[in-house]
Amino acid sequence: MAMKIGEKPFFDRVDDALEDGFMRNAMAKAQDGLRGRKLNATVGDEQIGDWEEWRSAGEEIRRHTLENLDYYLDQLSENFARLGGHVYFAETAEDATRYIQEVAKKKNAKKVTKAKSMVTEEIGLNEALEEIGCEVYETDLAEYILQIDDHDRPSHIVVPSLHKNKEQIRDTFRDKANYTGTEEPRELTAFARSQLRETFMEADIGVTGCNFAVAESGTISLVTNEGNANMVTTFPETQITVMGMERLVPTWNELDVMINLLSRSAVGQKITTYVTNLTPQLEEDSIDAPKEFHLIILDAGRSNALGTEFQSALHCIRCAACVNVCPVYRHIGGHAYGSIYQGPIGAVLSPILGGYEEYGELPYASSLCAACTEACPVKIPLHEHLIKHRENYVEKKGMTGEKMAIKTFGIGASSPALFKLAVKGMPAILGPLVKDNSITSGPGPMKLWTSVREFPAPGKDNFRNWFNDRGKGRE
Amino acid sequence: MTAGTIHNKEQFLNRITSQLGRDRNRQVGLPEWQHRPQLDVFSGASVNELAAAFKKNSLEKSTFVVNTDKANLAEALQEVIMKYGGGQVVASKDARFGEFGLDAVLDNEKTHIWDTNRGQENIEIAKKANIGLFISDAALAESGTIVQFNDKDIARSISLLPTVYVAIVPKSTIVPRMTQVVQAVHQSVEEGNNLATCINFISGPSNSADIEMNIVIGVHGPVEAVHVIVEDL
Repeated sequence: MAMKIGEKPFFDRVDDALEDGFMRNAMAKAQDGLRGRKLNATVGDEQIGDWEEWRSAGEEIRRHTLENLDYYLDQLSENFARLGGHVYFAETAEDATRYIQEVAKKKNAKKVTKAKSMVTEEIGLNEALEEIGCEVYETDLAEYILQIDDHDRPSHIVVPSLHKNKEQIRDTFRDKANYTGTEEPRELTAFARSQLRETFMEADIGVTGCNFAVAESGTISLVTNEGNANMVTTFPETQITVMGMERLVPTWNELDVMINLLSRSAVGQKITTYVTNLTPQLEEDSIDAPKEFHLIILDAGRSNALGTEFQSALHCIRCAACVNVCPVYRHIGGHAYGSIYQGPIGAVLSPILGGYEEYGELPYASSLCAACTEACPVKIPLHEHLIKHRENYVEKKGMTGEKMAIKTFGIGASSPALFKLAVKGMPAILGPLVKDNSITSGPGPMKLWTSVREFPAPGKDNFRNWFNDRGKGRE
Repeated sequence: MTAGTIHNKEQFLNRITSQLGRDRNRQVGLPEWQHRPQLDVFSGASVNELAAAFKKNSLEKSTFVVNTDKANLAEALQEVIMKYGGGQVVASKDARFGEFGLDAVLDNEKTHIWDTNRGQENIEIAKKANIGLFISDAALAESGTIVQFNDKDIARSISLLPTVYVAIVPKSTIVPRMTQVVQAVHQSVEEGNNLATCINFISGPSNSADIEMNIVIGVHGPVEAVHVIVEDL
């Protein structure tokens, strides 16, 4: 399934979303909640001083790291391998899944537990493991809900099941997992705990994503709340961690700043319940630690942004603060983006990773209000990236309707006679469409406008006539 | 220790280098960071102020807090164990328990001290245990967080599998925030030391807000947590 969600064209997906009243209410409620929590834990928390200073610290750390990405990845991989871990640099999603399949086959793995990870969703890892006969268990509560609901897709980077209410979750649990309880979140959560408890212990392989890797020590840092990531990395004999190649920091000192920015921006917590930092030490006589540790470092299109005006998009720490303030996301929800990365960062990243052919329309899912840029904890100029994407998309598409309209206007405006004719003729041309002095269903390029609001009918008079008549009156 | 393998590195990194439009940097120094707000948090705070903030922030994270001193620790710990229902206790193998005068508390048939010689049996006991008991290596005032440097004796399971975790927090180990812990870790790395296989920052019981943003305490990790702050100065 990988990065793409659904097969319908973008505007059809948007229409579907706009008709889904429940989903839109859920999104609005969740956005308000997450946004409020973030504000309390950032600008509202005097304990940590000036939040802007933290953002600036985050920005300079991310910029330096990405500018020297080759150096720090080299350092990370050498340190990880020195301690007995195995590192695989994967240029594509297919490279990554092939390597992981090989490891799973070698270990004769039957059961795989997973902690929440967007990057493994991006590469379609579950399907790849199922293809070779593994049973894959999502253990993050939201991912567990999606998985047992016939592999529904994520609608939010941090809370993937945001589009579902507790009644729907109860029904899914009842239909798919013989749940007999109520829709109370506490009861539903307790059910998930009991269902997964033994599975954690029986798994042969534990799979995680990576919030940050620390280059100086070969450490993987996981930022979580439920305890499932700890279960996944404690009991299976083999651990596999997949990281986007940009998700690292030089030293532990920078990790500190990034963890603070992520915890507070993503979920409004001073720190998440668990910040678990794992370094391979595989020959130690531990009973409850993996004996084999694989790290997959994934490009999959990320390097397209390096050295371009989009480089800072790779500074992203996946907190979804931009998603939680986006007025467009609020109305269309996550699935309408057609990508596992939604909201403003999704509209910036998806075309970089998946190309304009597939995701070129996403940058139009924005009002360019710049709330995203203001919310970003590492100061990515998201709305500027969206504008640049639009420019590239139009140039790539060649003569689009928009471009043709502008060109036609240019021809008309450069000739006084043509301009006069066009202005005079407009009421007559649009006349048949006018009803009660407005147009409610326009043709061609007007259709997008009139599908959501009325277009005023052109006046019978025009500015030139009015101006000339006004001049005459003065004489 | 046998080193692990690295696949496709040069090809992968060369592509990055080429995209960045420069030669490969073989030595990169960290810049002098212009923004370091982390150093100002609780700057100059006294031990008591840090302990008070740690307590407040622990309570905010649904964690029960007990204040005691070294002389009364054993008794306080017994009370906590009883308050949370007694039953099976699993404790880390840690010489500091003896230093804190807790050997007698741990010496009973309901308490299992982690013993690598007993292999998987440790995990079976921890799975059924009501209480996981350990000594925190550091604590963060800003967020009510305890820190574990896990190894084969300070096992990961102890703070993870039982229904309740009980962390003994020597007051002197409370620092302003994560900053001070990572500085120590960074220094240790610089000195060429190997790190603990798991450095775990834990802030109260496990929880989730994945269902309609309702916070539910107790998911896959412990359902309850206790921080016992000990005056040890």
